[in-house]
Amino acid sequence: MTKIFVDGRPFDVPENQSMLQACLTLGFDLPYFCWHPALGSVGACRQCAVKQYRDEKDSRGRIVMSCMTPVAEGVRISIRDAESVSFRAAVIEGLMQSHPHDCPVCDEGGECHLQDMTVMTGHAYRRYRFSKRTFRNQNLGPLVNHEMNRCIQCYRCVRYYREYAGGHDLKEFVLRNLVYFGRQNDGVLENEFAGNLVEICPTGVFTDKTLKQHYTRKWDLQLAPSVCVHCGIGCNTSPGERYGTLRRIVNRYNGEVNGYFLCDRGRFGYEFVNSPERLRQPRLQKGGQGETADGPVALVHARKLLDGGKVIGIGSPRASLEANFALRTLVGQERFFAGVEDEEHRLTARMLEILRSGLARSPSLGEIEKADAVLVLGEDVTQTAPRMALSLRQSVRQQPFELVDKLQIPRWLDHAAREAVQDAKGPFFVAAPHPTKLDDVAAATYRASPDDLARLGFAVAHAIDSSAPDVPQLTDGVRALAGRIAEALKNAKRPLVVSGPSLKCEALIQAAANVAWALCRAGKPAALSFTAPECNTLGLGLMAARPLGEAQQALKSGEADTIVILENDLYRRAPREQVDALLASARHLIVLDYLETSTTHKAEVVFPSAPFAECEGTFISNEGRAQRAFQVYVPEGGIRAAWQWLRDLLIASGANGAAAWQGVDDVLKTLAGSLPAFSAVPQAAPSAAFRMAGEKVAREPHRYSGRTAMHANINVSEPKPPDDPESPLSFSMEGVSEQPPPALIPFFWSPGWNSIQSVNKFQQEIAGPLRGGDPGVRVIEPAKPTEPDGPAGPDGNARADFLGAPPAVFEPQPDRVLLVPIYHVFGSDETSQRAPAIRELTPKPYVALDSEAARRFGLNDGDLAEVAVNGAVERLPVKVRDGMAAGVAGLPVGLPGIENCRLPAWARITRP
Amino acid sequence: MFSIIRTLWNVLLHSFQPRVTIQYPEEKPYLAPRYRGRIILSRDPDGGERCVACYLCAVACPVDCIALQATEDPTGRRYAEFFRINFSRCIFCGLCEEACPTYAIQLTPDFEICEYDRQKLVYEKEDLTISGPGKYPGYNFWRVAGVKIGGKDKGQAEREEPPAEIHSLLP
Amino acid sequence: MEIVIHIVTVLVVLFVVLNIAAGLIWVERRLLALWQDRYGPNRVGPLGLMQVAADTIKLFFKEDWVPPFADKGVFILAPAIVMLTVLMSFTVLPFAPGMQITDLNIGLLFVLAMSSLGVYSVVLGGWSSDNKYSLLGGLRAAAQMLGYEVFMGLALMGVVLMAGSFSLRAIVDAQSKMWFIVPQFVGFVLFLIAGAAEMRRLPFDIPEAESELVAGFHSEYSGMKFGMFFVGEYVGVVLISALISILFLGGWHGPLLPPIVWFLIKMFAFIAFFILLRAGLPRPRFDQLMSWGWKIMLPLALANLLVTGAIVLAVK
Ligand code: SF4
Ligand code: SF4
Ligand code: SF4
Ligand code: SF4
Ligand code: FES
Repeated sequence: MTKIFVDGRPFDVPENQSMLQACLTLGFDLPYFCWHPALGSVGACRQCAVKQYRDEKDSRGRIVMSCMTPVAEGVRISIRDAESVSFRAAVIEGLMQSHPHDCPVCDEGGECHLQDMTVMTGHAYRRYRFSKRTFRNQNLGPLVNHEMNRCIQCYRCVRYYREYAGGHDLKEFVLRNLVYFGRQNDGVLENEFAGNLVEICPTGVFTDKTLKQHYTRKWDLQLAPSVCVHCGIGCNTSPGERYGTLRRIVNRYNGEVNGYFLCDRGRFGYEFVNSPERLRQPRLQKGGQGETADGPVALVHARKLLDGGKVIGIGSPRASLEANFALRTLVGQERFFAGVEDEEHRLTARMLEILRSGLARSPSLGEIEKADAVLVLGEDVTQTAPRMALSLRQSVRQQPFELVDKLQIPRWLDHAAREAVQDAKGPFFVAAPHPTKLDDVAAATYRASPDDLARLGFAVAHAIDSSAPDVPQLTDGVRALAGRIAEALKNAKRPLVVSGPSLKCEALIQAAANVAWALCRAGKPAALSFTAPECNTLGLGLMAARPLGEAQQALKSGEADTIVILENDLYRRAPREQVDALLASARHLIVLDYLETSTTHKAEVVFPSAPFAECEGTFISNEGRAQRAFQVYVPEGGIRAAWQWLRDLLIASGANGAAAWQGVDDVLKTLAGSLPAFSAVPQAAPSAAFRMAGEKVAREPHRYSGRTAMHANINVSEPKPPDDPESPLSFSMEGVSEQPPPALIPFFWSPGWNSIQSVNKFQQEIAGPLRGGDPGVRVIEPAKPTEPDGPAGPDGNARADFLGAPPAVFEPQPDRVLLVPIYHVFGSDETSQRAPAIRELTPKPYVALDSEAARRFGLNDGDLAEVAVNGAVERLPVKVRDGMAAGVAGLPVGLPGIENCRLPAWARITRP
Repeated sequence: MFSIIRTLWNVLLHSFQPRVTIQYPEEKPYLAPRYRGRIILSRDPDGGERCVACYLCAVACPVDCIALQATEDPTGRRYAEFFRINFSRCIFCGLCEEACPTYAIQLTPDFEICEYDRQKLVYEKEDLTISGPGKYPGYNFWRVAGVKIGGKDKGQAEREEPPAEIHSLLP
Repeated sequence: MEIVIHIVTVLVVLFVVLNIAAGLIWVERRLLALWQDRYGPNRVGPLGLMQVAADTIKLFFKEDWVPPFADKGVFILAPAIVMLTVLMSFTVLPFAPGMQITDLNIGLLFVLAMSSLGVYSVVLGGWSSDNKYSLLGGLRAAAQMLGYEVFMGLALMGVVLMAGSFSLRAIVDAQSKMWFIVPQFVGFVLFLIAGAAEMRRLPFDIPEAESELVAGFHSEYSGMKFGMFFVGEYVGVVLISALISILFLGGWHGPLLPPIVWFLIKMFAFIAFFILLRAGLPRPRFDQLMSWGWKIMLPLALANLLVTGAIVLAVK
């Protein structure tokens, strides 16, 4: 802590930050543009000027940029000083000279940092009477809109896009007052994090194009704290609704998880909620023909089907804990099956076991960002856990930062730090079967088949700790690489190993665990992060469900004859024939889902359940963090939360205990009571009884408009706002005026700070945790070793005996290729692919071949190839992708138009 | 005491003064153009819809009786997909008119909009839009705004330079 | 036969008084409008005369609501008391020679007694409503009427002294030469003020001051119960005006015109005067009202009585 003086008043603030940051933390309103907490200071915009005084006798002082002035003992500044006030006013007047007269039609309006800062500095009337410079806009794809006239040349966009997110196709052009921020030519922004430009840009240059389709001002949105459901990371979001449809998603700051940024899948994938393919009424179907029914009728019907009592339930990794648990309660623990591919199910169980019984801890994204040596083993993180890739990209700066520290340059002094570092990067290693987007920051990459990747992992573990299993037949090159990686990890302060189930290779996961444990045994606080394919993969994994493959037997053996499927399209989980066979051997099929799928078509009764924005739910992220997503709005039609349908089925079939389930709180309480792994889950968010000063938290901003007119076309007497007995939030603009607890913040706003930058006012310190602690509770922690550093035994004690054994060397085959899954941030996720904007960016199905392999099979880029895999034959265009591991080809998974075919698998590729 | 008597006397004298009441509806009063009565949506001098669906009137309205939805035509010109005023809630405060950056929404001296059925007081865009510019004849927002719309390219608004050539490095 | 005549007289008086009171509503509104440069009710019937009928019909059709928290019996009784007491006073008023229901020898005392009873209706109405505004109104009424009752009576004692009788007819007769307004000017002024206060007429309508107390003691009343309070007030105005004419302006005495016409002219002049008061004067503060009553009016009334008494003694 250091003492500084602001306008003569003394304050104690932490060191290692700029004056601007300190002032904002202290709650002062000081305008800024080019500084961003995640990007640091460059002193470009001159908007944050303050007066600095030498000592208390100095009355003249000098104007400095607060963002460039470090906090130091006894520094005296004045924000209110008349000269700096007029300096700031002059700066903004200059910035606004050429600003177009656009606010009314600008999507940023009402949440515009430029508007806020202009008002804050008091610049109200344009004096400039000459002509304004103009620019043409570019079409940057379906996600981000471009309106260049509004630019104030703060350079935040390119700094974020190029330096933070690692993009290449956005740059500044021209010079003087004509500096232009855009691409060389029109075209889709290539970076997966381009959507953050919407929030990074303090003006309306970059705005959300999906929002533009149904534009609504920030003050008119009804919002709730939510969690992204498009991958396993669990980024915190604020979805906003108006007139019954979801309008957009913005980032909800969580210092531990997503910080200031989301990936584009999470930001723009929300539109599946508005999809015409939504199920909105219960349906009773017979042989493909169906008719809608009322909820009670459907429930009675479904209960009749359940009467036999021989029911199995298939859960879902994209359904909430509450829904899965309700299903588990309905069918009984013995008859509850995991709705995922068997291999994935096994790997999930493995990963959970490793994380809960091992030595290494699963890190939050915040911790990943701080890792200073990273090994990525067999994951294309950018495509499978996109937001983690952005954090990994920051981790390569950690080791070079030590040099920066040595030069006594503050880390936040962005350009100086970058100059000092030049191109130096920390040790970051990527091992994957094909090139990945993170390769550009990698110190070394290794391309191999899944088994060989695992062998590298085992070799690294062995190099760190010789008691780990050795790898036979290792080539010198790989041994050397393993040695280098081991060295780097051992020398790091916070080493990190990343792996995951995407390649469906258990050896990889074991290898990753071994590396992390070897490091732990060497006394390093190594972290081990596994990606999770879906938003509740770990939650479902912790419920000890039976594997899907056994469901078939259960039906065959007559153990059951009816299936209840929860929010799951089984055709994505297993090959078509198998699913067909499974469904055919069931007498009755009941499906709960929010989107029409091939599975819902087969059902006898379909219950329309509510997706994330329409109900409450708790999800467990890949970190093991349980987080609550709150309902944003009340959907129309017969839609209800899946757990509510299941509860009613429970009540209808005589399980009266379920009648006590009035809200998710009650379900979670039962869950926590019956499965100890979930005992902490109810603490993820305050319960429905929570009140502040006797009030709930309002979902609507206090200037929500149109209340008495929005429904007036239907009935001039406005309806009562819906009650929400299940949560501490209200569907209204009336609620607490103070800051609610972090898990309940529906949106960020503070007087004078209408833009997303108002998050400053909600943080304990800038870029630190939210006041009251970042939301979510960790439910997965490594077990403590019984002795301080000794290896621990099974059950409850941390184990450190190394796992598995290295697989055999992969032998490429001349006539066949090993087909591995390739993931796509746009397209591989089941729900976001139904969003029109994401669909536009989803690649068409293809098979990826190395140019050498393509030559071997006599195929060129774009040719149609016949791919025979696991007994199925598909015709797909060839995409020549250089850098694939030898003997390996790739098939995108999850894309619309590609059937599930159990990868990796050997495939024959021929010219048709 | 005297002042009370004087007051009473003065009041009594009013017996002989003319009355100020106007016998509406037989007699129609003169209402100034700025009178705050029935609300209309005007058109710009070129005949286009003036409202750019900025939602400012809606947010200014103290009784929240304006609801609208923005949309854009294919050329990027923004307008209201629907625009609804619930006159049964309107208090004719005129704040919407003050908030409007385009002079689109205006209050007029017409106040004769009573209905026996409240539902009939819900006016949609078709009921609100008039054919002229109303009280402010000259203004066209799109001529000063920087965005490009049909018939007006970048650089063609008032006091704008032609768009910068971004692939040039000439000073 | 006597009986029949009596009953007829009673009915005639009742009919006339009630109609005058009802008509007064219209008169008051028109006069107020005149003095405020407006028209007043002019739409229903010729000159808006049917406005009262329309209002009455409206009142009859209004929900006759008794608040569930009110003390029912008392709540219903209160408006009846007001009508009853005011109407009772009319029994002793001599309108013209021979036109009087009964000539009590303590007529004046009877009138004073009745008007004192009237306060019950207000207090009970305010109390039984179980509403803080009503209760405050009732309390104010009690205090105000107590205060003004005292010197109202005292102010009249001069007249009684000079006439040597409490009988109203005797008092009128005593004025055949000179109206008491001349020797008893102070008494006249005091009575005028006290009368207005007694009837809770503006500017003394403090018990129902709507800017402070919603509607004071009758906040909770609606329909015809409210109508009784309302009409009661107007009957009161008629009563006070009639009393003033009788006590100070020689009653029916006057040249040329028939006595009853004189009486009516005088009475209406005072009614108009009360309306003028309403049109012209603001409402005083409650504490001002009370301190005037006790600190100025009462001593004045006593002084008046003393002086009158002395003079009467001296003359005798
Ligand atoms: S960027 Fe901000 S200031 Fe500029 S037009 Fe848009 S809303 Fe207005
Ligand atoms: S486009 Fe936005 S972020 Fe980029 S320089 Fe302009 S104002 Fe700044
Ligand atoms: S006049 Fe006032 S109340 Fe009526 S619509 Fe406009 S802002 Fe709303
Ligand atoms: S303020 Fe004017 S331009 Fe904006 S929405 Fe209302 S009427 Fe349209
Ligand atoms: S924020 Fe300090 S100069 Fe831009």
